[in-house]
Amino acid sequence: MAKESNFKNMVLTLFVICFCGSAVLGGAYLITQAPIASAQAEIINKALSGVLPAFDNNPSEEVYDMQIEGQTAKVYPALLNGAKVGIAVEVISTRGFGGPIQVLVGFFPDGTICNTALISHSETPGLGDKLDQRKSIFSLQFNGKNPKDFTLAVKKDGGQVDAITAATISSRAFCHAIDMAYKVFTEIDLQDGGQL
Amino acid sequence: MSKWKIITRGIIKENPTFVLVLGMCPTLGTTTSAINGMGMGLATTFVLMLSNYAISLLAGLIPSKIRIPAYVVVIAIFVTVVQLLMQAYVPALYQTLGLFIPLIVVNCIVLGRAEAFASKNKPVDSFFDGLGSGLGFTLSLTVLGIVRELLGSGSFFGWKLISGDGILVFILAPGAFLVLGYLMVLFNKIKKA
Repeated sequence: MAKESNFKNMVLTLFVICFCGSAVLGGAYLITQAPIASAQAEIINKALSGVLPAFDNNPSEEVYDMQIEGQTAKVYPALLNGAKVGIAVEVISTRGFGGPIQVLVGFFPDGTICNTALISHSETPGLGDKLDQRKSIFSLQFNGKNPKDFTLAVKKDGGQVDAITAATISSRAFCHAIDMAYKVFTEIDLQDGGQL
Repeated sequence: MSKWKIITRGIIKENPTFVLVLGMCPTLGTTTSAINGMGMGLATTFVLMLSNYAISLLAGLIPSKIRIPAYVVVIAIFVTVVQLLMQAYVPALYQTLGLFIPLIVVNCIVLGRAEAFASKNKPVDSFFDGLGSGLGFTLSLTVLGIVRELLGSGSFFGWKLISGDGILVFILAPGAFLVLGYLMVLFNKIKKA
């Protein structure tokens, strides 16, 4: 049966197990590294083509960072025949009910929202997860609106957004995310002298 | 004991969820839909088979005082491998189950089978014990998921059967307890008959 539980045996056994374990994990990591990276790029690319008008560059290769409210937002520019047709901004709102909400917002050059996509969230299933376009039409109401003349707040707070019933906090967080994305957009717009 | 008996014992007589009442955290957490329950069950089954096999091989070499930490390390290795593989090859499933995969490490079923069966039996028997317990777990989680999805969102494996929202409470945690309780009664009633 089992070996004697003396100090030397115990240390040696645990060491050997951990050593072999690290080797196995290192190997598995090396093998899966490339597929994981491409799977993640796939998710982002799919979301990008969903939120932006037709483009012919590779926005995920031209991505750059912007600072907004103390965190980093990712900006994906979309070009068609060399002309800017829109940008997508990826932001994380920390005001969610169950945790951070990661949203990708696509803008036309004039600031009108093209489409939005929920990248990740941990809102309540059946309530807050209606932020997802596959589950409810909530997020479709932003499409075609320009935050310049569309108040990004739920109606309860004096805005123009129809909140999800029983998920006001999630709805607020989603508005907050889009608002942050729009702030990033206006900042880029200013830098470019309104040429975007 | 025949291999077949080892497998069926894990599914019915010693069903991890309905009879042994082990691994309640993933059971209640992941079964918001049938497909999530099944995915979680299958991932656990995979870990159970491999960890049972490996622990059964190693049992004779591990001093008994440190067997628990040693088992946990072995289980954690397999779970991490499963996590990496899922992330790489089934990203869609990983997105819904991602949070729960690392929790397989602390799932009492896996450690329970390692301690109760694998450490005292032959590797091949342990492998089949892992398969049986895993299938039992998968079965319970899938049934629980089907019932909760049907009542909570009116669909079956994602197929919408009725329009509208369904009874929301069954998607939330209280509904999980309710359905689990009734299914447990039903399962034990049928098992006795």
